Amino acid sequence: MLLASVMLYPLLSFLFLVSFAKKLSWPTVATISVASIGLSALASGLLVWQLSASDNQLLTVTLWHWFDLNSHSGSSAVNIGFYLDGLSGVMISVVTGVGFLIHLFAAIYMKADKNFARFMAYMNLFIFAMLILVLADNLVLLYLGWEGVGLCSFLLIGFWYQEKSNVLAARKAFIVTRVGDTSMAIALFLLFSTFGTLDIELLSSVLPVINGADTDAVLDDKLYWIALLLLGGAVGKSAQLPLQTWLPDAMAGPTPVSALIHAATMVTAGVYLIARLHHVFLLTPEVMHYIAWLGAITLLLAGVAALAQNDIKRVLAYSTMSQIGYMMLALGAGAWSAGAFHLMTHAFFKALLFLTAGSIIYALHHQQNLFKMGGLLQKAPFESALFIIGLICLMALPGSSGFFSKEAIIAQLWSSDTAGPMLWWCAILGALLTSLYSCRLFFLGFLGRARFSAPIQAEKHILLRAALVALAILSLLGGLIPLELSLVFPNSVVLASKNEPSWLHTVAILTPFIGILAAWLYFKPYRLASSDNKQVLGMHNGKLAQFCQQGLGFDSVYNTFIVQPYMWLAKRNKNDIFDQIMMLNTWYVGLWHDAIIMVQNGSLRWYLAAFGIAILLLTGVILL
Amino acid sequence: MTTIPLFHVLILSSLLFVIGFIGVVARKNTLFILMSLEVMLNAVGVAFIGAGSVWQQADGQVMFILILTLAAAEVAAGLALLIRMQKRYHSLDIDLLNRMKG
Amino acid sequence: MTLSVIMLALVLTGAIAWWAERHWQGSAKWLSLLGLTLLATVFAVFITSANHDFAQLQVLTRVMWIATFNIEYSIAIDQLSILLIALTWLLAIICVLISWREIKHKVGFYYFNLLLTVAGIIGVFIAVDLFLFFFFWEVMLLPMTAIIAIWGHENRRFAALKFFIFTQVSSLLMLVAIIGFAYFHLLQTGLLSFYYLDWRALPMPLAMSQYLMLGFFIAFAVKLPSVPVHTWLPDAHTQAPTAGSVLLAGVLLKTGAYGLIRFVIFLFPEASVQFAPVAATLAVVSILYGAKMAFAQQDFKRLIAYSSISHMGFVMLALFAFNSMAYQGAIVTMVAHGLSSAALFCLAGMIYQRIHSRSLIAMGGFWRSAPRMGGFTLAFACAAFGLPGLGNFIGEFLILVGVFQVQAEFAIVAALALVASAVYGMVLFQGSFQGPAKCEVIDLQRREVAICSALLLLLLLLGCYPTLLLKFSFGG
Repeated sequence: MLLASVMLYPLLSFLFLVSFAKKLSWPTVATISVASIGLSALASGLLVWQLSASDNQLLTVTLWHWFDLNSHSGSSAVNIGFYLDGLSGVMISVVTGVGFLIHLFAAIYMKADKNFARFMAYMNLFIFAMLILVLADNLVLLYLGWEGVGLCSFLLIGFWYQEKSNVLAARKAFIVTRVGDTSMAIALFLLFSTFGTLDIELLSSVLPVINGADTDAVLDDKLYWIALLLLGGAVGKSAQLPLQTWLPDAMAGPTPVSALIHAATMVTAGVYLIARLHHVFLLTPEVMHYIAWLGAITLLLAGVAALAQNDIKRVLAYSTMSQIGYMMLALGAGAWSAGAFHLMTHAFFKALLFLTAGSIIYALHHQQNLFKMGGLLQKAPFESALFIIGLICLMALPGSSGFFSKEAIIAQLWSSDTAGPMLWWCAILGALLTSLYSCRLFFLGFLGRARFSAPIQAEKHILLRAALVALAILSLLGGLIPLELSLVFPNSVVLASKNEPSWLHTVAILTPFIGILAAWLYFKPYRLASSDNKQVLGMHNGKLAQFCQQGLGFDSVYNTFIVQPYMWLAKRNKNDIFDQIMMLNTWYVGLWHDAIIMVQNGSLRWYLAAFGIAILLLTGVILL
Repeated sequence: MTTIPLFHVLILSSLLFVIGFIGVVARKNTLFILMSLEVMLNAVGVAFIGAGSVWQQADGQVMFILILTLAAAEVAAGLALLIRMQKRYHSLDIDLLNRMKG
Repeated sequence: MTLSVIMLALVLTGAIAWWAERHWQGSAKWLSLLGLTLLATVFAVFITSANHDFAQLQVLTRVMWIATFNIEYSIAIDQLSILLIALTWLLAIICVLISWREIKHKVGFYYFNLLLTVAGIIGVFIAVDLFLFFFFWEVMLLPMTAIIAIWGHENRRFAALKFFIFTQVSSLLMLVAIIGFAYFHLLQTGLLSFYYLDWRALPMPLAMSQYLMLGFFIAFAVKLPSVPVHTWLPDAHTQAPTAGSVLLAGVLLKTGAYGLIRFVIFLFPEASVQFAPVAATLAVVSILYGAKMAFAQQDFKRLIAYSSISHMGFVMLALFAFNSMAYQGAIVTMVAHGLSSAALFCLAGMIYQRIHSRSLIAMGGFWRSAPRMGGFTLAFACAAFGLPGLGNFIGEFLILVGVFQVQAEFAIVAALALVASAVYGMVLFQGSFQGPAKCEVIDLQRREVAICSALLLLLLLLGCYPTLLLKFSFGG
């Protein structure tokens, strides 16, 4: 029952806040919403401890029977039931732990907002949905959480709903991820019709049996499609190519939202889904290969796009995409634990980066443009220190948590069956890009002279700072948290280093430093930028830079080939072609009506004439 | 005395009838329409008388007297309507009376 | 017998309300509310106290009506009809509540019509003599037309006429099919019969049943409605007063689905199987076309109307998949759509009362002044695009999983509506409640909150605990 209570607290808090939103004062709302997540975090800590103590590393609870799914072979119950193993243990710890810190931050950060209660209610609802997603014991319930977090994401991106652009960003995020969701839904249909169940545990037990038997082509084909469609769902939620376009726009939401949903937790749901269903993917090496490539390409493209952004949050958004690309790459290579590990550390340091960025933005009176920052190292040393910690983790400098997780991924790429040296080089290139854009961000924002005039108004609330410091500590030391996932991922495909060149690790470790060095030289103008340095802006006006800044043209392609045609079709057919065809009948009847009316002209002489002619004709007919 | 063949009488009657009918149809003035109506009635009367004399029976003449009476009554009613019409529309144009237009 | 009395009492209540309104203003609504609640309770007591689970069709009354043609007054119920009648009661009560302030002229006559429609609908769900069924089918139609034509919006005459003609022409086809069937019965057994169970027992050559089935199918497809005969619905829904739209979307459309189940599929099983590809194609086209058209609308009610076409397409798709899960899904969708579209129409009515416009262009940013209304609209829009946890999701999911096992292509194409429905859902919600505030509106009053929260709770219950509904077997 403890398992169910984890998500009960946020739900209760949400219901309470929604019901009495207008009547509550700030302290009440803040206490309730933060405390509920705190309770959840405690409960999940307890759960993880229980889990490690239990024999089979598994906790389950079934609340009630939801509905039955019937197939030809029999019926399979779909329950509102939860299932905790190592993987979901990691996830709930991240969701509630990081979620708690972000809530704490948000409670102070959003204090002045008129709709504070509504904001915290959404955040709670989000945690609730996310917990359902990661704890669900069947895929339908997982889908419930999946859609639930999508809805919360939509609500929170559009939280400041009076701005037209926020509304459109929210709509875009919802619809684009919904495309992925549809793909996932079809995958579920196919899964069910093939295996007769959607229970995650049952599925994993059904699959190896099939694997052991003679594989037949039909089943292989089905599995291939299932894996591919599931990947479609993951790609949508995790903002990977080709459905990544919503994430940069999602930065329209308040910064804590970006930290919680669009960096730490929700966007990793796709990674979680693939890791959760790794049994399926293990049977389809081709799809694993696609995942690896998809991850690698996203990693590189997002890195390139991050290099050209002006907005500090958009840099971080692209960086998130790129880091999730790493996770995907890890999953594609079969390095499941490494992927999950990176998911966790990324949650720590990306939340830290976003929250610190939020503090800075707040301190600069809602200024998000990097070119209007500069010199923050002196002006805001506390925030700067935290930001540096975040960036160190992001660049994976040795010792930081990002280092451990990223190295774990890179180390397994070379010899993986589904990855290989090509992808290893991609990952290295990605690491280089990461340090390049991190340095660029740092130089522009923190070095040089200040390019703003208004005085800094940093929020110095103790709890806010405590949340940030806690995250910073987690980011630095998170790499030391031991993840015991060998029971979850028993049949990892990666074999211990077979004929790997000896220079691999050295290169991997050195890459970030090379990146920093290159950035130091190449971004010199940024580093030294003063308030009236035209060169800074001059570097930014190339066609290529603009192309990168606008997300490498994906948006315009979708706009031209999908959105516009649909809008055009909708507009052209606004009056419903079928209706017009039906109304042809009316027109036809009207035509006859008019024709007959013409005869009925009311003039007696005409009637008489018609009468005479008719008699004449009749007589003629009779006589002849 | 040579008898006029019935055929000729009928031709005369038909001609008169057609003239009257065309008058009714083509004329706009209601007074002329009434007069044309009279012509048509008389055309029928001629046919009756012709037929009566051919078959040597009185029915034809009786019929004609009936038609005369009818014509007189019709003219009375018609002229009364004409007066009403003149009062109401200040015109005798029959096309003004098209309330039956559908 | 009880059911007949209930129907009669409904009509009587209506007549009394009509009469009473002339003498005491404002009494009609109270009388109608009282009558409906009372009769609904009587119905509930009757059903629960019956020592029968109604898994099979249970004949309640059989009396000779028109002896010359062997037409009987015969009524019977099973779980399907009980469920739909329960939905009818609920929505009828909501209709009365929603009309509380909206109807200003000819109030008594309005409630008379409303109750008469409800009586007709209940009659449709329980008649098992086909002639009687046809009779109720018409009874339900006439007062509905009156409601649209008298109390509707600006273009009401046109909409009422369109509604009337579509339904009349299609039910004419049904009448022909009914007479044809009865005559065939005469030829086969030497006895004219309009009795449903007689008909089911009658073997029929396939070619014959194909033609007869088509007659029924067209009538129900118009009512459902399915592309391409859906075009009466957007006009009728848009122009009808709120209660009219609620009743139309909530229950009247379900009579089409009910007819498809009861008469098309059960009377002509083989012909339906043969016809299934055509019907399923029409259904899929309806789903996608309805969703696409909904997106293009700028009229709040018209948008919901087109979304109804999309949802009822799911029902038809499920019925012609001949799969038990899809069938269950169809039942859930019928109920859930009844609740969610009724709720959305209620909200449309509430907005109309405040700003006197249904155009999304005139709306925007209402959330600031009316957060409760916004929350409910969001919740019901979510229900409409199938958010898990609300009733519609269960229905659509079961339908799609069921259909996927039979005809995967249809399910895949229909699943695209998940995206399309999200698109129109966004347009609906964001267009009215987000964006820059166009004007201030008053937030929901207590009566309105009660209506909305009742519907939302039911949808949540249906979404989280659908066993309540799914445990019915619905006669196979």
